[in-house]
Amino acid sequence: MTATPGVRAHRLGRLDEIPVGEGRAFTVDGEQIAVFRLRDGNARAVSAVCTHAQGPLADGQIDGDVVICPLHQHMFDLATGCSTTGQPPLRSYPLHIDPDGHLFVHI
Amino acid sequence: MRQRLVVIGNGMAGARTVEEILARGGGERFSITMFGDEPYGNYNRIMLSNVLAGTDDEAEIFLNGLAWYEANGITLHAGTRVRRIDRFARKVYAYDGTSTSYDRLIIATGSRPFVPDIPGVRDAKRGFHQGVFTFRTIDDTRNMLRYARGHHGAVVIGGGLLGLEAARGLQSHGLSATVVHAGGHLMNQQLDPQAGAVLKRSVERLGITVELNARTTEIRGAERVTGIALSDGRVIPCDMVVIAAGIRPNTEVAQAGGLVVERGVVVDDQMRAIGERGVYAVGECAQHRGQVYGVVAPLWEQARVLADHITGADPTAAYHGSRIATKLKVAGVNVASMGLKGPEREDDEFVVVAEPTRGMYKSVVVRDGRLVGATLVDDLSKVAFLMQAFDRGLPLPEERVRLLFDLGAPSAETSVEELSEDAQVCNCNGVSKADLVSAVKDGARSVTGVMDATRAGKGCGSCRSLVTQIVEWAAGGETEEDPSAGWYVPGVPLAKQELMAEIRARGLRSVSAVFAELAPAGKEDAKSKMGLASLLRTMWAGEYVDERDARFINDRVHANIQKDGTFSVVPQMKGGCTTPDQLRRIADVADKYQVPLVKVTGGQRIDLLGIRKEDLPKVWADLGMPSGHAYGKSFRTVKTCVGLDFCRYGLGDSTALGIALETRYQGLEAPAKMKLAVTGCPRNCAEAYVKDLGVVAVEGGRWEIYVGGAAGAHIRKGDLLATVGTAEEVITLTGRFLQYYRENANWLERTYAFVPRVGIERIREVVVDDADGIAAGLDQAVQASVDAYRDPWQEGREPVTPGQFRPALPLLPVPKR
Repeated sequence: MTATPGVRAHRLGRLDEIPVGEGRAFTVDGEQIAVFRLRDGNARAVSAVCTHAQGPLADGQIDGDVVICPLHQHMFDLATGCSTTGQPPLRSYPLHIDPDGHLFVHI
Repeated sequence: MRQRLVVIGNGMAGARTVEEILARGGGERFSITMFGDEPYGNYNRIMLSNVLAGTDDEAEIFLNGLAWYEANGITLHAGTRVRRIDRFARKVYAYDGTSTSYDRLIIATGSRPFVPDIPGVRDAKRGFHQGVFTFRTIDDTRNMLRYARGHHGAVVIGGGLLGLEAARGLQSHGLSATVVHAGGHLMNQQLDPQAGAVLKRSVERLGITVELNARTTEIRGAERVTGIALSDGRVIPCDMVVIAAGIRPNTEVAQAGGLVVERGVVVDDQMRAIGERGVYAVGECAQHRGQVYGVVAPLWEQARVLADHITGADPTAAYHGSRIATKLKVAGVNVASMGLKGPEREDDEFVVVAEPTRGMYKSVVVRDGRLVGATLVDDLSKVAFLMQAFDRGLPLPEERVRLLFDLGAPSAETSVEELSEDAQVCNCNGVSKADLVSAVKDGARSVTGVMDATRAGKGCGSCRSLVTQIVEWAAGGETEEDPSAGWYVPGVPLAKQELMAEIRARGLRSVSAVFAELAPAGKEDAKSKMGLASLLRTMWAGEYVDERDARFINDRVHANIQKDGTFSVVPQMKGGCTTPDQLRRIADVADKYQVPLVKVTGGQRIDLLGIRKEDLPKVWADLGMPSGHAYGKSFRTVKTCVGLDFCRYGLGDSTALGIALETRYQGLEAPAKMKLAVTGCPRNCAEAYVKDLGVVAVEGGRWEIYVGGAAGAHIRKGDLLATVGTAEEVITLTGRFLQYYRENANWLERTYAFVPRVGIERIREVVVDDADGIAAGLDQAVQASVDAYRDPWQEGREPVTPGQFRPALPLLPVPKR
């Protein structure tokens, strides 16, 4: 990865600590981040708090594209953070997985 | 800082205005508080006639349920009437003792029924006579429906729209109906005498008696209504009276608050109360340029202007009054009227075609080459053009009769094309042709899709054919039947039965396998996972391959998620029976985990609310009780009364049967939740008539089984499925019915929708009489599910997935302790 000034990679843990198709929440520098493990082997990271009513997105259901908030079923694109149901967007974070299966988020 | 906007009135005007304000970004500008007299969200009052007639359910007429207010951050005080406005302190005081400050105030208090002072209408002690009704609200409608049962003859005082609708509605419940009208012809506000006479014939043909020029002088009967007396001395026997003699604006609060009130709250062209800066009035309580409107269309225009003005979206917005054109279905008869009913000046042209025997009437009034009035009864095929010509003064055909008939008819497409962009198509919800066209441009390709997106046709429904024509025209003939409407879940293009057949044929035992084989391009769909998981578990029972990501969070952690991300825990308490030992353990857990709220539920269980996700396994271990399943789309509870052992009325051992049912069918997944009850006598203390399945002990050691009842957002008494002689038969038929429901209901379709959709006769054929020969199969399938049951709280001792109970909001402050 090329380094961008001001952006640091933070190690979150191992990808296999997140069950396939589910999400888990992490805290990095006081920010709550929801990381989802897609069924195709990729992972996505967005802010963990729903912009609609502060719902816990890491508890939401996902497919390859979106996460659904468990409280009021608002949906957000996992790649961009944009809402498909008219809510303000989430922040999305770049992720990478090293060859040993460690997960890094860039903030 | 957001400004505080307070809206008094949560009816069609108040709620519509707020919708328009939100649509203009007003949610960011204002924090909105609404007061509503009625304890509900807001509904389409126009549709109450259909509810009375039984053609619509209450649920269908709701425009915005309570969730809408929450989702938009609106504080709603439903069922709270405002007592006083202090416009100097900028506060409103409500009858519940609260006061609310405002920066802007909108008064949308609407109208109430006008009740003439007829002797006998009111009872000195009790208020209204118990057999006398008005027709304005959902509660009025419910009261009439309740009273109509067991009564035989209704007199409706008032021969306007509402009176005719009330008569027709009550008639459909088996009552004879007489309309008593003081005027010389029906609907004299909208129709001329000739059109009124045509309407009278049509109404009488439906079996409704009409008395014209009839003034009611007395309601007879002290306890029960026995009849009404007319001024000519006649008495019309009846046991129920509905008063539909017009409406009066609710202006008392505005008047006492010092606003200028004549017939309504006097407003300027911005809907601002005269002489006020931040106070507005809208809807039936407002008086603009001397006019108070009692129909819905002007209200939409007023709401738009007020929203444009108050949000600053269009500072020049101004309301100039409405030209009222109405299009209605009165007691099953189509009626449209606009402007003048007949000629008023010598050189007004008046064209009339009347065929009273056929019930058809059409007239137009033309002045100086412009349409100034039109009336249509029965055939409304020309109404779109007439309304537009009336509204904008379009040039008219030389042959005036062409206004009434298509002579050598131009096709429907041409007339749709000619309709101007801003012509209002749906008058109930204020949807224009342009709105429909832009919905099509935005990608809606089916009529139902456009109707969902715009709400067109979701009011009285009289515009649906026009909506269909416009959508077809706008889509260039490429409309689609909304295909997904019939699918079980949105991500797999198959209806439930076809889907089940494919799943069986291909042996698909997991949700991911279903997506891979049956979804377009094998693409998984988050919205479909939960429904598929439920279906697969129903079909495969113990052979189901459980992928945890297909589960909703509640099913992943066996508890019900709350608004703050904590969970509620409900231990099993079969039949609502518990022991001192269980209560002690529950109390200890509540202490140990400092549970913020302990609540007895409607299903006779104890709910511990505010449990943190990471504490769930410990809580279960400390409780040492099985799951009460208060979180899934599944078998929830069996509520029971005290039954035979203690109750002096008990006819059957309801508690034992309830416990047996819950023991056997606990946790059974279904398309939607299933709430049951068993009650020991027809006094029905366990509310078995309004459960998905309710059992009632009756004299002679027998049990009645009711299915399809509900008492939530939707209220329905269950249908009697069968009366049986033994508890064993109840248990068998319960399992068979539940399995039939599991296999045939759509995802999230509660039994109250499923039973009327399939029909109780059909369900009885299958479940009781075994007409299809599938009863044994149903019994076997439900047995497999029963055998596959495992208490989910057992797995909590060890997480089944990594981090199963890790907090999803790690920085969430712990619940208030």
